[in-house]
Amino acid sequence: MTSSMFVQHFLNALTLGSLYALIAIGYTMVYGILRLINFAHGEIFMLGAYFVFWGVVLLHLPWPVAVLGAILITALTGVLVDRVAYRPLREAPRISALISSIGVSFFLQNLAVVVFSAIPRQVYRPEWLTKVMIVGKVRVLPLTLFVPALSLVLMLGSIYIVYKTKPGLGMRAIAKDIETSRLMGVPVNRIISLTFGLGSALAAASGIMWALRYPQLQPIMGVIPGFKAFIAAVLGGIGSIGGAVVGGVLLGFVEIMLVAFMPELAGFRDAFAFVLLIVILLFRPTGLFGEKLEDKV
Amino acid sequence: MNKANATLLNLAAVGCLAVFLWAAGRHLDGYKVQIINLIAVNIILALSLNLIYGFTGLFSLGHAGFMAIGAYVCAMLVLSPAQKEMLFILEPPIWPFSVVQAPFFVAVLLGGLGAAAFGVLIGFPVLRLGGDYLGIATLGFAEIIRVLANNLPRVTNGALGLKGIPAYANLWWNYAWCLLTLYCIVKLVRSNFGNALMAIRDDEVAAKSMGINVFKYKMISFTLGAFFAGVGGALLGNLLTTIDPKMFLFVLTFNVLMIVVTGGLGSLTGTVLAGIVITVLLEWLRFVENPISFGGYEIPGIPGMRMVVFSLVLLMIILFRREGIMGMREFSWKGFFRFFGRGGGAR
Repeated sequence: MTSSMFVQHFLNALTLGSLYALIAIGYTMVYGILRLINFAHGEIFMLGAYFVFWGVVLLHLPWPVAVLGAILITALTGVLVDRVAYRPLREAPRISALISSIGVSFFLQNLAVVVFSAIPRQVYRPEWLTKVMIVGKVRVLPLTLFVPALSLVLMLGSIYIVYKTKPGLGMRAIAKDIETSRLMGVPVNRIISLTFGLGSALAAASGIMWALRYPQLQPIMGVIPGFKAFIAAVLGGIGSIGGAVVGGVLLGFVEIMLVAFMPELAGFRDAFAFVLLIVILLFRPTGLFGEKLEDKV
Repeated sequence: MNKANATLLNLAAVGCLAVFLWAAGRHLDGYKVQIINLIAVNIILALSLNLIYGFTGLFSLGHAGFMAIGAYVCAMLVLSPAQKEMLFILEPPIWPFSVVQAPFFVAVLLGGLGAAAFGVLIGFPVLRLGGDYLGIATLGFAEIIRVLANNLPRVTNGALGLKGIPAYANLWWNYAWCLLTLYCIVKLVRSNFGNALMAIRDDEVAAKSMGINVFKYKMISFTLGAFFAGVGGALLGNLLTTIDPKMFLFVLTFNVLMIVVTGGLGSLTGTVLAGIVITVLLEWLRFVENPISFGGYEIPGIPGMRMVVFSLVLLMIILFRREGIMGMREFSWKGFFRFFGRGGGAR
């Protein structure tokens, strides 16, 4: 492998990894607070990408405006999903909310088939992101630099919110103990809504950038990235935002580099993440940076 | 109501079913027979998931994987070596499959056993996990199986799938397997073994402290569930006469889960009822997706609407009636007569 090819693979892996990381943050925040695997998160990711498509094609909005609008609407969708499908089940057994989220996931996916149709759509990509630059011997799309850079900004932003602001303090308090937080005057429902909003906004951003990188929209486009990002969150230690970022980037590198060095494994690419998941759960269920969760009797 | 009477009534019910099947096979058209067949297969699948999840409390999302194993093993065994030679155009099938052919019953049985073997294999690592982690790990297992099916062309014929599987799975085979499944699971959950399973479901720590070997019971329940899921998959593949890896997506598991949740977790009666209702509903909803001509007007079909309605139903059930149709109640002849005799007739 020549060094220029390696740089190319490195950039691809970084792009893919940062997209996984953005989705994984949403999973990890929701799991940290509600102990819920939000299956519908992959569909939120998909909606983000479709909303931009609509904004640009139907409403003729300029691309940046469409992106901001889509992120906002997707965040509201995430809040709505929590309000309708998860909040009534807060006191129910934990698996009920999980089944509910599986239901929401299928609902949104098929609603997208009904509303957007199952025909794959071509994505509009601004020209400044797709003009090939040649740096030395490496051909680079501005995209492959733009995606990790913007992801980094968004990740730092969310880490700032969680660790340095008052609502963030509320989130961390609820993650420790929801009942005590309520007694201490944390507006639990509002903070949970905020968490869903923030996580969904990140998922939307990831979906939009995913559509730039792999320019085809499909109602099922969120399923596989969603699963993989969840695995990334488990890999990093679920509940930890830094862990989700590291897990996402790591998973991106594993996928791209394994296929780059062993092309005969390309067909098995989608299975790596799941094998990795089972291995982690076996040997280190708390992931790389997770806190130990104990069974409460 | 004594035991002998109940047995007689059970036999009478099976007799009625046989008459119904005979009449259905003679008088109904192929499409309706196919739906009746699907009901049996779905009931088998849902019963096996109810054993794993409803009675043992193991939230498993790996059904599609077990079904895939059952379906492939069975199909590879019922196809004749010559047919396989024709199907595998890229690479020849691997050794045992390239020469053997088995009768249908043996093939289905081996399909189930194959799935059970994988159940044991993944049970060892994943059954130590609890709750949602178990769900996601078994889901991962099902996805791995699907990716393998896509990439092992000598075993599964890859993405091309297997076509032209001889259709042995008629009403009689399907309902015989369905009754056998029902019989085994009813016997099991009513025995002391079943009590142990339910104790584990209700409170694992308490069960452990009462001296129940939790892992062993979980393992047996999971393996048996996997076996029947494999049988269901084998019958389904044979019923459709064609299988490919795309068939075993997560949505397949979702459908089975839907039946179990609708019927009521921990109610076999509920599972059977929901198996009938949901299979019919799913087929009926196909009309929504096809264009309908109505008095000269053409109403276009809405693709995707079927699953929208379906997932909404699941959401409604989980939000407003979490115990499903039956809760944890079961059918019994005693209750049946009390219900129709208004408390007096059959006491």
